[in-house]
Amino acid sequence: MFLSMNWISDFVDLSGLDKMELIHKFSLSTAEVESEIFFKGAELSGIVVAEIKSVEDHPESKKLHLLKVDAGDGELTDVVCGAPNVRVGMKTAFAKVGAEIGEITIAPRPLAGCMSHGMCCSEYELGISDDHSGIMEITDDVPNGTDLKDIYEIDDIVFEVDNKSLTNRPDLWGHYGIAREFAALAGRPLKPLGKEDLSAYESLQKVDLKIEDPLCQRYSCLQVENITRSVSPVNMRIRLFYCGMRAINFLADLTNYLMLEMGQPMHAFDSRKVGKIRIKRFDKPFVFRTLDGVDRNIDENTLMICNDDTPVAIAGIMGGLDSEIVEDTTTLTLESATFDAASIRKSTVRLAHRTDASMRYEKSLDPELTVAAIERFLNLLKKYDGGVKVVSALTDEYAFRYENVTLSFDKAFVDRYTGIEIDNDTIVKTLMSLGFGVTLEGDSFTVTVPSWRATKDVTMNADIIEEITRIYGYDNFDIHTTRSPLYPVRPEEVKSNEEKIKDILVKRFSLHELHSYVWAYYDEQRALGMEIEDNIKLLNATNPNIETIRKSMIPTQLCQVNTNVGYASEFGIFEIGRVVTGMTDDDLCVEKKMLAITLYKKTEDVKALYFKLRDILAVLADDVKHSTLSFVAAEPEHDFEHPVNLNKILMNGAEIGKIGIVHPTVGRKIDKKASIVFAEIDMQSFADVENASIVYDEPSKFPPMDYDISVVIPKGVLFADMAKCWANEGGDILKSAKIVDSYDTDVFHSETIRFEFSSNERTLSSNEVQQIMDKVIANLKMINVTLR
Amino acid sequence: MDKISALREEFEQKLARTADLIQLDKVRVDFLGKKGSVTALLKGMKDLSHEEKKSFGAEVNKLKAYAAKRIEEKIEELRRAEIEREIAAMPQFDITAPADLTRGSYHPITLVQRQCESIFKSMGFTVEDYPEVVTDYECFESVNIPKHHPARDMQDTYYLTNGQLLKSQTSAAQNAILRKYGDNLKNNGVPIKAIFPGRCFRNEATDASHENTFFQMEGMMVDKDISISNLIFFMKTMLSEVFRRDVKVRLRPGFFPFVEPGFELDINCLICGGKGCSSCKHSGWLELCPCGMIHPNVLREGGIDPDEYTGFAFGLGLTRLAMMKYKIKDIRDLNSGSLKVMSQFTDDE
Repeated sequence: MFLSMNWISDFVDLSGLDKMELIHKFSLSTAEVESEIFFKGAELSGIVVAEIKSVEDHPESKKLHLLKVDAGDGELTDVVCGAPNVRVGMKTAFAKVGAEIGEITIAPRPLAGCMSHGMCCSEYELGISDDHSGIMEITDDVPNGTDLKDIYEIDDIVFEVDNKSLTNRPDLWGHYGIAREFAALAGRPLKPLGKEDLSAYESLQKVDLKIEDPLCQRYSCLQVENITRSVSPVNMRIRLFYCGMRAINFLADLTNYLMLEMGQPMHAFDSRKVGKIRIKRFDKPFVFRTLDGVDRNIDENTLMICNDDTPVAIAGIMGGLDSEIVEDTTTLTLESATFDAASIRKSTVRLAHRTDASMRYEKSLDPELTVAAIERFLNLLKKYDGGVKVVSALTDEYAFRYENVTLSFDKAFVDRYTGIEIDNDTIVKTLMSLGFGVTLEGDSFTVTVPSWRATKDVTMNADIIEEITRIYGYDNFDIHTTRSPLYPVRPEEVKSNEEKIKDILVKRFSLHELHSYVWAYYDEQRALGMEIEDNIKLLNATNPNIETIRKSMIPTQLCQVNTNVGYASEFGIFEIGRVVTGMTDDDLCVEKKMLAITLYKKTEDVKALYFKLRDILAVLADDVKHSTLSFVAAEPEHDFEHPVNLNKILMNGAEIGKIGIVHPTVGRKIDKKASIVFAEIDMQSFADVENASIVYDEPSKFPPMDYDISVVIPKGVLFADMAKCWANEGGDILKSAKIVDSYDTDVFHSETIRFEFSSNERTLSSNEVQQIMDKVIANLKMINVTLR
Repeated sequence: MDKISALREEFEQKLARTADLIQLDKVRVDFLGKKGSVTALLKGMKDLSHEEKKSFGAEVNKLKAYAAKRIEEKIEELRRAEIEREIAAMPQFDITAPADLTRGSYHPITLVQRQCESIFKSMGFTVEDYPEVVTDYECFESVNIPKHHPARDMQDTYYLTNGQLLKSQTSAAQNAILRKYGDNLKNNGVPIKAIFPGRCFRNEATDASHENTFFQMEGMMVDKDISISNLIFFMKTMLSEVFRRDVKVRLRPGFFPFVEPGFELDINCLICGGKGCSSCKHSGWLELCPCGMIHPNVLREGGIDPDEYTGFAFGLGLTRLAMMKYKIKDIRDLNSGSLKVMSQFTDDE
């Protein structure tokens, strides 16, 4: 919203004050002012009123005329002018030689061969309206040579306030409310609005009016006739233009002017079309043509202003074409009303039609404004069009009243909330300057909230704190830390695991952390041969390709691998992100935080890559939880999982995730010459495994003893199966068993396993080691593992 | 005596011809071994007179000591020669060849998030984790945004078919955190100090500066007598730490349903230092984080009596912060999954 300092100054005397400083204060205390400030008229000088004394055709041009103008300096000036509305006796705005308009300095110059000593200007050229139909017309009573700036408010400072920052301030949608803020900030009094006393018309007949719907809070109207003026006063048009509105005609301009001044939207109907005003909704949808000529679909939730049963306007949004003021209108009915804010907002959304009026109604306007606006309207109407006649009594239905808001608090409350000392006198003065009623007894305040702040904005004591502190100025706050007691803070297990895992993956294994979206990537996944698995969906996704929430992060990562093939011949990516794996009995999403890792390498040795990933996971388990992992073959559930090499991951016996090789159907689509493996770990399950502490194992002073055996292992027997053969045989002297060599022929698979024995108490005898190993070998035989 | 000098002569010649330790050992055995030439000389003494024996023996012993010393010297000489040969054989490696920089990377959000977390952890705040799928109550109702509140229009929320939604703001965690720590506050006087970073979602079209998926970090503190003055202090302190310099902050009134009073917090522009430039739209200030005193309704809904306790809350756009810090121009890069882009963020600083 654009605001004019001239307009604001109508209501508060700001003379002697730095206007820019005030605007800055306003921005910090009330609402955000956009950084570009417009100094209207600053680039305009030397424009005077001049009278056209003669008009002759230009010898070389059909469009141009040769004029002699009297610019008040005692002689006539030759001017060439292209405007169509030139005529003898007309007074216009004239830029003399030496005048400045923007970056142009007027100099004598030839136009189609004839010299022009100056320029007659249109309002558009002067930057005071968008009218460029012809040169400006100025009333005859102004003496020639008068500087235009002496008769019109061309010089002005205009600033723009971010509408968003006015969302909760219905009172700031007009200059008068803004002026109240400036008055409070400047410490100067706010002047009353000039209003017409309507009691004189009480005896006249009232308008037939009935509110038939609770969505209309208040409806006030008045009928007037004999409006003769059609063009608005120049200053009014300048203000409207500076504030971003086009001048249309006097009546329309005046309703707009009122809206920009008081924030109250008004509408003028042709009285012939609204003899019987009813405000209601209709049971069935219908089409309604608004005054902009557009047919709009009105549904049963949209509040309408009607003439009996005929709709004449969409309440709070826009009038209808049929009831608009036309040329032969003699009597008009002025509407000034308040409607339910939420209803207007919803109608606006449904109609996809936001107007200056609806924008204001959405903010919960003060119903007290309706009559005041009519009083003000009449005051201005009479000022600019003396013959106007009121033909009805003020008709006012006040269906919904906001409750008066009175708040009580004491000084200690303000001290506690602000943390600084603001004295009682300042509090009282500040609140009163904003229109609050204040009584102070001792340190206890009783505050009545003015109607324009009581529609939703100020309802409780915390709101009063804002009023006091924003005017006090946050820059003036003495800031300090809290006096709260200190207690130790323990990190959440999931969170601390997460950070450790990230460090290990990045620092030790050179993996890259990537982020992705929480939904399935339809096109990308399908292109890689992965179906979109059915899962909970977004209700209102604007893009249908993102409507399904993912069940696993691996498809996402495979898409990422696919886009990064070519980045390097080997890379690994990881992410800690979310999936939804199903629904609870209460139909709530089962959301899980997962760690997903995918490794890619241009190699045919998929086993090595698969084992590398296993080792990464084992390191995570060992480093983060001091725990060990075990693996159990799993049945594939997803189409990207390899049917043979897919394992559940168990940590201390609890299932925490899955590791696998990518299904060749998907893998080949990504890269025929590469191997791709993945793992996904449930972070909560990982965190839930008890965090074993480090057990210090004192190095033995006695020599260790190694015992190697080479065994032939039949198909299907896993190392984990063999490990069971020595798990209970080694006592406390068998420290580890490791594969030190493996060997494959067409007929058998063989491994050399090294057993490490040691004791902290004694030197081991080869005899006791042999005895253990004999048992181990016997156990191995039971599962058909034999010595080679 | 001639025998001795002849033997010495022979020893010297053999020693001179010795090229390695194996040959040298042979020389030693030949001369000084049990069956060596020197030992043989001593054995041949038995025919000599006592006097002769005495002087001859002394001469032989001299020779023996001499030979032993010479052999030691030769060993040293041979070892030196061997090292020199090794050195001579060593090629000069081209250390100037490019280094292997294979290393992992963090997502930039992780880096800024860690930085922010560490600042608050150092001030005794807990770091909370919260789901991304939440209920309408968590995201809106509990933080003073009832149904039909215009604030719901301001954020285009992704709703799910079961009525839940993808959280549009980290504030969705506020109620749960108030409830989680409320008893400890009321019974033991332990202030609630928490930050809750998280991923948020808005249903909007994406472009270089708009994303439907982004990260925020919210924080709050509740205790007796938490004031606006405290809020400004914490904001200024946090931002000074984040940007590693004394930032200037200013507060303007801002409207957010979950705070009252609510503020927009600006910091002086990092690029121009407040003089005005294109980054700050020539205002000298950057709007950075919404904040305010927690709305009494929010406290009440969280089971905390607003007449007894007050608190502040703030939100910080981690995505925005990461973009500012690393001068990332296109917000979509962050979720692009492109290693070319993302592999550059290798460490916290």
